[in-house]
Amino acid sequence: MEIYILLGFVLILSIYLGLELISKVPSTLHTPLMSGANAISGIALVGALVLGSDTQLQQALAFLAVMFASINVFGGYLVTNRMLKMFKKK
Amino acid sequence: MSFFENISSIQNIIYIFSSILFISGIKMLGKEDTAVRGNFLSALAMFIAVSVTFVNVINPLLVLIGIAIGAVIGSLIALKVKMTSIPEMVALFNGFGGLATFFIAWSEFNSIPSNNFQYLLVMITTYIGGVTFSGSVIAYGKLSETLKVEKSSIVTKLFTTLFYISIIYLLYSIVITKIFTPGFDFYTILLILTLLGGVGFVIPIGGGDMPVVISLLNSFSGIAAAFAGLLLLNNVLIVAGSLVGASGLILTIIMAKAMNRSIGNILFVGYASSSSVSKSEETGEVKPINVSDAYLILENASSVLVIPGYGMAVAQAQHVVRELGELLEANGTEVRYGIHPVAGRMPGHMNVLLAEANVPYDVLVEPEDVNPSMDTVDVAVVIGANDVVNPSATEEPGSPIYGMPIIEVHNARTVFVLKRSMSSGFAGVQNPLFFKENTRMLFGDAKESIGGLVTEFKE
Repeated sequence: MEIYILLGFVLILSIYLGLELISKVPSTLHTPLMSGANAISGIALVGALVLGSDTQLQQALAFLAVMFASINVFGGYLVTNRMLKMFKKK
Repeated sequence: MSFFENISSIQNIIYIFSSILFISGIKMLGKEDTAVRGNFLSALAMFIAVSVTFVNVINPLLVLIGIAIGAVIGSLIALKVKMTSIPEMVALFNGFGGLATFFIAWSEFNSIPSNNFQYLLVMITTYIGGVTFSGSVIAYGKLSETLKVEKSSIVTKLFTTLFYISIIYLLYSIVITKIFTPGFDFYTILLILTLLGGVGFVIPIGGGDMPVVISLLNSFSGIAAAFAGLLLLNNVLIVAGSLVGASGLILTIIMAKAMNRSIGNILFVGYASSSSVSKSEETGEVKPINVSDAYLILENASSVLVIPGYGMAVAQAQHVVRELGELLEANGTEVRYGIHPVAGRMPGHMNVLLAEANVPYDVLVEPEDVNPSMDTVDVAVVIGANDVVNPSATEEPGSPIYGMPIIEVHNARTVFVLKRSMSSGFAGVQNPLFFKENTRMLFGDAKESIGGLVTEFKE
């Protein structure tokens, strides 16, 4: 149980940090922030890599998780980059 | 200390480094000058975290194949998609992230959770991941306009009911099944109900409320990843997931504030039944104007404010709008663009469209910057926006949108409203702006009307 309390601590602090860091985002960046954050949620890929593979079902689930998380990661970062490149100052 | 324990501590140290990069990345993503580098840093963090985890992989070849397929599909979509389809693309990618955590939780359920807390985490992660996935797919359908369901239809009601059932079943799965092991495969039913529930969560929410839903789903995908991190005891998943959860939450709150509505009202009530529908029948006449008269007024204006809305996106008018803006500037007119936070179908939708058309972001202004000096604006050109410029929000206490911050174009000297017809906006509220003394209606397709003005200027 100890480990969950520690990790819960990390969770709460990270959420708080996130709220503090991006509370004043200019509206120009709303879409890129959303899409960039979306790419980060592809971190599920790391979770997919450590899944067990005792049964065939688990192997299939791990493979699918890796594949979909990768779409999220690659698609998310590329589309964000493409979008940000369009924003220009006068 | 065995060899494997060593590997694991090195991994954890590198995870800390990767978390720091994620944090710096998302911070830089929130400022215009550093956003591109911020996105790069976060991609680097992802690369490091994935690479260092890769050493544990049991079947590297299979994993590489999975990553390669994902990379090809993701990159193709990202590079091919038109900028106008960005809202639905973001929704879809978001859904895939949710689906990945859904599979992770499913797989962990089959590893037989060792304690009650893990069991709880499996159920919750399954639910959030699944709802994020199916909800995002429905959002994708709505944003790309391939899915059209009436709010009052039987299908909507059925799925909304399923959403509530799915929540009750989730609670049942968490609490009861651990005490009395049911004689049926309750987890499979949870998987199915979760996916149906996600559909029911998003299906009743209308087009104009999409910015809120899409931000909220974004937040969910992060929270799902963070819970998966708790489940797998993985720090970097928790940190990165929480950051996404927080950023999605901030956007959700910004959007809800811009509509002066609570998140609960947006998700569960909607405009139609939120308050007594305004009965005020508009009196007075609508004054139409044609392109050449509009040109004469614009030519003499010294300050012009353009207010784009979803109609500009539909008409694909952003490029002609930029062209008109440049011609006006060459004519000595000050041109600015008034952007309402919820204009369009996702947070910052108008900003992306105008950026695509090469409009520099420093001439875009927010409502609170432009409203105080609205009386110095000679012409306000409203292009396919409606509710965000509806003066009922400030003048008519009975109106459903009363209290919503708007761009107060009715205080400008002259207002041009470019519109296809007299239909009301998403909120279903009649717009008194159209009947004001200083308003002129320029009916027709926005792209053609603006194109006409551009031609007049060139002659």
